[in-house]
Amino acid sequence: MKKIFALLALVIPMLAFASGGDVHLDTAPERNTDLAGLQRGAKLFVNYCLNCHGASMVRYNRLKDIGLTEQQIKDNLLFTGDKVGDMMNVAMKTSDAKEWFGAKPPDLSLIARAKASEHGTGSDWVYTFLRSFYRDNSRPTGWNNALENAHNTAMPFALWELQGKDRGATVKTIKQLKDEKGNPAGFEETIEVFGKDGSLSKQVEKLKGDHHHEGKTVTLDKAEGGKLTAAEYDAAVGDLVGFMAWMADPGQNKRKQLGVWVLIFLALFWVIAWRLNAAYWKDIK
Amino acid sequence: MAMKETEATGIIGWVDQRFPLLSLWKEHLSEYYAPKNFNFWYFFGSLALLVLVIQLVTGIFLVMHYKPDASLNAADLPGAFFSVEGYIMREVPWGDLIRNMHSTGASAFFIVVYLHMFRGLMYGSYRKPRELVWIFGCMIFLCLMAEAFFGYLLPWGQMSYWGAQVIVNLFSAIPLIGPDLSVWIRGDFVVGDATLNRFFSFHVIAIPLVLLGLVAAHIMALHEVGSNNPDGVEIKDKKDASGKPLDGIPFHPYYTVHDLVGVVGFLFLFSVVVFFAPEMGGYFQEANNFIPADPLKTPSHIAPVWYFTPYYSILRATTSSFIPWLWTFFAIAAVRVYLSAHSNQAMKRAVRGFVAVLFLAMGVPGIVLKMIGLKTLASFSIGGVAIFLGIDAKFWGVVLMGVSVLIFFGLPWLDQSPVKSIRYRPDWHKTVYGVFVAAFLILGYLGVKAPGVWGSLPYINLDTAQTVSQLCTLLYLGFFLLMPWWSKMGTFKPVPDRVTFAAH
Repeated sequence: MKKIFALLALVIPMLAFASGGDVHLDTAPERNTDLAGLQRGAKLFVNYCLNCHGASMVRYNRLKDIGLTEQQIKDNLLFTGDKVGDMMNVAMKTSDAKEWFGAKPPDLSLIARAKASEHGTGSDWVYTFLRSFYRDNSRPTGWNNALENAHNTAMPFALWELQGKDRGATVKTIKQLKDEKGNPAGFEETIEVFGKDGSLSKQVEKLKGDHHHEGKTVTLDKAEGGKLTAAEYDAAVGDLVGFMAWMADPGQNKRKQLGVWVLIFLALFWVIAWRLNAAYWKDIK
Repeated sequence: MAMKETEATGIIGWVDQRFPLLSLWKEHLSEYYAPKNFNFWYFFGSLALLVLVIQLVTGIFLVMHYKPDASLNAADLPGAFFSVEGYIMREVPWGDLIRNMHSTGASAFFIVVYLHMFRGLMYGSYRKPRELVWIFGCMIFLCLMAEAFFGYLLPWGQMSYWGAQVIVNLFSAIPLIGPDLSVWIRGDFVVGDATLNRFFSFHVIAIPLVLLGLVAAHIMALHEVGSNNPDGVEIKDKKDASGKPLDGIPFHPYYTVHDLVGVVGFLFLFSVVVFFAPEMGGYFQEANNFIPADPLKTPSHIAPVWYFTPYYSILRATTSSFIPWLWTFFAIAAVRVYLSAHSNQAMKRAVRGFVAVLFLAMGVPGIVLKMIGLKTLASFSIGGVAIFLGIDAKFWGVVLMGVSVLIFFGLPWLDQSPVKSIRYRPDWHKTVYGVFVAAFLILGYLGVKAPGVWGSLPYINLDTAQTVSQLCTLLYLGFFLLMPWWSKMGTFKPVPDRVTFAAH
């Protein structure tokens, strides 16, 4: 009885991710016009991401567009001897990155647009990604990710301080078995339970019946031990992702403002063109 | 020397004595008589010209700042990718707007051209005496597809690179010359800097020059015979005392002012996309293309841009299991040709030979033998040539994709209907056109999706999406190849000798 109670307490609230066709991405919060949120995101980006990832198409002084002055940028966001007119390049060499992580951390200038899919926007993907890390001691970094297409990611969890380093998960994998001839022979489910310290306990179960779908489901536990509460962490990731969305398309707001005027002009001009046409065509019988 | 007499004065008069200014103005604008009953479908020609101009002008400005360089810069980004996403989109004043106009314009071009072609299909605009207008138009369509394909490599994103890699590799399926041909096109053994630079040349100057020439020829051929109209009635058959068509009106000012309404309406929709949704959900600017090209990382799903997907679907649908059905379809169409050849012995021999050659070249006996389990007999060879296996299905997929585009050229001769316009054809012909459009749209939709997107058919172990694509391929080809027969069938309505027009 006590054991069940303890298990339940650990496992509330839970986030469930389905795999394969029904990938669920959480919706990233809107930060488009929230300059304060974008600035917080810039701070998080420079402090937690820029050590490994570059944003080599964004100039530091472009951050004036989100309400910062050049002096503020120089004082708070420049670290490595870069000048304020420089691009946000990463100091890590590609060859070192490949040796240390197995792959070069991708440039993040356009990441919020590059990860778009039928399941959601690119921002949704990054927002979900940064909140889906769990402990897994079998991985070199000690972390794994619940998102289907980020499973076994080489990325260490840079935001562990904020989220908390204690987080487990339950991974259920359903696989179809085949006999010697290659014909379907039932289904088997592997349940891997990762504790909040990353240790693994595994069990394999043969499933009854033929109506199962192959795939992987990851259920995340609550994170513990972080500087921020769960709600604060979600808000911080929201700021960070909002900043990345801004980086991917910095001209977005100006473009939409201009668009409104263009459409108003064209609508009025269309009416004029229509009446001009009618004036000429009334001669035609 | 006596100069030409001209009614014009001043500068215009000076030019007109040295250049056919007024005669061109009259011949093509103020005294070019077009039918007065043009409807909505007749906007798309002038819109196509507008989009061509938009692409040329935005293209000129893009080329000022773009660099066709596949090598990596100091931040490990390819030069071409950086010049677009790092420079034009962020640092060149209005660069983001120009780039978005160019990418939206490319998609808009295909929407406009497909609708323009559909108008031709509906009203018989390709019929005598306008066959050459149609042929120039088909050549423009081919050039447009090549232009879009070459242009798409230039941003040097993942989809640019891998799309080009897949399509150029298709040429390697051609027997004997294939692999060498692919190397010649690419300029290297894989898509790389050599490919990027030559595609840049094709996209910026080679094809635009050809396109401009073809568009001029297209309009000149049209003006030579005069435009068709929704009723399919020849307006030049009924002229007044001074030789002007009774149902014709001068293009200028009536259609210049009419087309202006269409232009403004188009620009409104164009602006909605350019300013508010330039990515268009990943269809106009694909998400994967925001990742720089990486020759070592293949994307999980490579698909061409939406305007190529119907033809890409046809390519994908041509698998070895489909070949026997395809051959049967061509054999049935050939039987129809054979029967209507009557006493033309040469034609009959040609049809028999065609069917036999196709039977062996497609490898139908080999495929059927394999399907019933006689694998060793299937690969039986004489002198090193496997006589039953024919050429790989991949090659036939490329052939079929080519045939499905080139078949448009044949329309003026395939269509044997006694009337030009769909308005006077039997009502069930409209259903046939509807089926063709539906097949085209379904092929397009499935081409965007990954294979296997509709799962398996119940009871039989066949992929649903692939089977539907194969069926739609046959419907698409059947629409054209069987047209000499179905276009003649049914009770046709009487065609009026004057156009139907309501004053407005």
